[in-house]
Amino acid sequence: MSILAAQGLTRSFGGLRAVDGVSFEAGEKRITAVIGPNGAGKTTLFNLISGALEPDSGRVLFDGSDITGLKPYKVARLGLARTFQAIKLSRKMTALENVMLGRHVRSRAGFIEGMIAAPWTRGEERSIREESMRAIELLGIAEYRDKETGSLPFGIQRSVELARAIASEPKLLLLDEPASGLNVRETKALAGLIARIRDRGISILVVEHDMSLVMDVSDEIVVLDFGKKLAQGAPREIQQNKEVIEIYLGEEDA
Amino acid sequence: MRRYFPVVALVLFAFALPPLAAATKTAFLLTQATMSAYYALASLGLCALMGYAGQISLGQAGFFAIGGYASSFISTRNLDLLASTPFVRLLDLAGLLVRGTDSYGAPLLSPSPWVSCLCAVLLAAGVAALIGTPVLRLKGHYLAMATLGFGIVIEKIVRGTKALGGADGISGVPAFTILPGLEVTGGRSARSANFTIAWLVLALGYLFLVNLFGSRSGRALRALHDGAEAADAMGVDTARYKLKVFILGAVYAAVAGILLTHYNGSIGPGEANAMKSVRYVAIVAIGGMDNLGGTLVAGLALNFLSLRGVFGSLDDGVFGAVLVFVILLAPEGRLDLFRGKARRTISGGASRGAQS
Repeated sequence: MSILAAQGLTRSFGGLRAVDGVSFEAGEKRITAVIGPNGAGKTTLFNLISGALEPDSGRVLFDGSDITGLKPYKVARLGLARTFQAIKLSRKMTALENVMLGRHVRSRAGFIEGMIAAPWTRGEERSIREESMRAIELLGIAEYRDKETGSLPFGIQRSVELARAIASEPKLLLLDEPASGLNVRETKALAGLIARIRDRGISILVVEHDMSLVMDVSDEIVVLDFGKKLAQGAPREIQQNKEVIEIYLGEEDA
Repeated sequence: MRRYFPVVALVLFAFALPPLAAATKTAFLLTQATMSAYYALASLGLCALMGYAGQISLGQAGFFAIGGYASSFISTRNLDLLASTPFVRLLDLAGLLVRGTDSYGAPLLSPSPWVSCLCAVLLAAGVAALIGTPVLRLKGHYLAMATLGFGIVIEKIVRGTKALGGADGISGVPAFTILPGLEVTGGRSARSANFTIAWLVLALGYLFLVNLFGSRSGRALRALHDGAEAADAMGVDTARYKLKVFILGAVYAAVAGILLTHYNGSIGPGEANAMKSVRYVAIVAIGGMDNLGGTLVAGLALNFLSLRGVFGSLDDGVFGAVLVFVILLAPEGRLDLFRGKARRTISGGASRGAQS
């Protein structure tokens, strides 16, 4: 069963084909990784799936429906949550408030109801808080919940962003280079965390540069090079793929 | 709950200050304190829009003027000569008209201020929706320029329209009877009551915003502040939320304009002046941007001092200087005046993610 299917996705910038006819599927309740050297088109592919960019051609199917070119907020409402490579949190909101934003798609209280603090919205507000705390505890950042995120260390900010995405109870979680800026120890912890999220029944698609993270945690790996899909398979297969070794693994001390 | 403290304080002051002022023979100060409350209300609307949602507007005075002008224009119409037409009779039967006499003793038949007030609020909200839809696609400086332009257009319209009194504005605006015996009007006998009304309205306006920013919609609005991308990715229809908070800010300004106009009995084109809009921005800035309490205090204090003539002929200059001062020292509004905590303790953090 696949939760997400990219079919012939293509997107050019000027004369450059950043993503060129890429097709792959991400399995349900599995961790799928998209890897490739810098400039391979990972981030463009990511943005095409999340709705931040529209493809020139090709389709994106999510959970059975066509989401090609759908605006990000609509994609989010269908159950697709994402994190950002360059963290995007509301700096002046506390960690908990940021995570509570993740519950937006799971709640409905309106603008006017908010202004008058309508009594019938109290139950919903309480459940927003409880579910958010659950996500915060899962990530082990409860001690930071009342701190403004702008003042938190980088690694914690990354966790807050992850908690925000999880709080929305997504069907599919998109992670954009989650290990970037993390040290070795933090990356190890992140790998464990991603596996735990998968074990809670959430499918994960991770776009990543860091090989150690990907090899440890992925069920399936898609390799991109110059905008094209070079290979796809289980981590062990990818590690033994000659082409992949040549363009990617050979460069690094993996 | 600490965040509701200012509401309680405002309600207490609303009732406690008039007798206190009477006892200390300073009741004359209540007039400016009443007017300050309405200006502070307009500032709170801008605080929601600019401080919390991060959408700057230099057109707040425009909406204030739309409210004030619309309500005074409608409530000063004399329909007496049309009294026999079916439409006017229908309005009269519905209780939407009030009778009176003008200063020459001629009979007056005018729309009730309740009607004019409602129309004025709807007009301001409508204009905000119309302007906001295209303008809110802009960001930062561009949004500032567009809203500034809007404010200037409104001033030119009210100054240049004969029916709105041109440079003189509209005077003879009737009292706004909220309940029998309770009127928004500038008469000396009504001074204490009007102070109480104004401060209670301000308390209510404040309460609504505190509620809002503690709610689901409020979090979505605050998430717009640092670029809308994250909010968008979390399922927030950002264009819609921007428009909603823009309309909210406009309605706050319009209500303030309406009540102040009925209190003063007149309104002039100066209320729409761009310098007035700069004042609102300066007040929100010195209040601490995303800080309702700070905006409240700054709005009350600075307007009161200004109306008392403390700044003399430098009046506008003071607000301009305040703005420059705040922007230079604390562009994010974190003036430690109202917060007292050191910020950005770990400033190296966020830049790490920018690599690659």
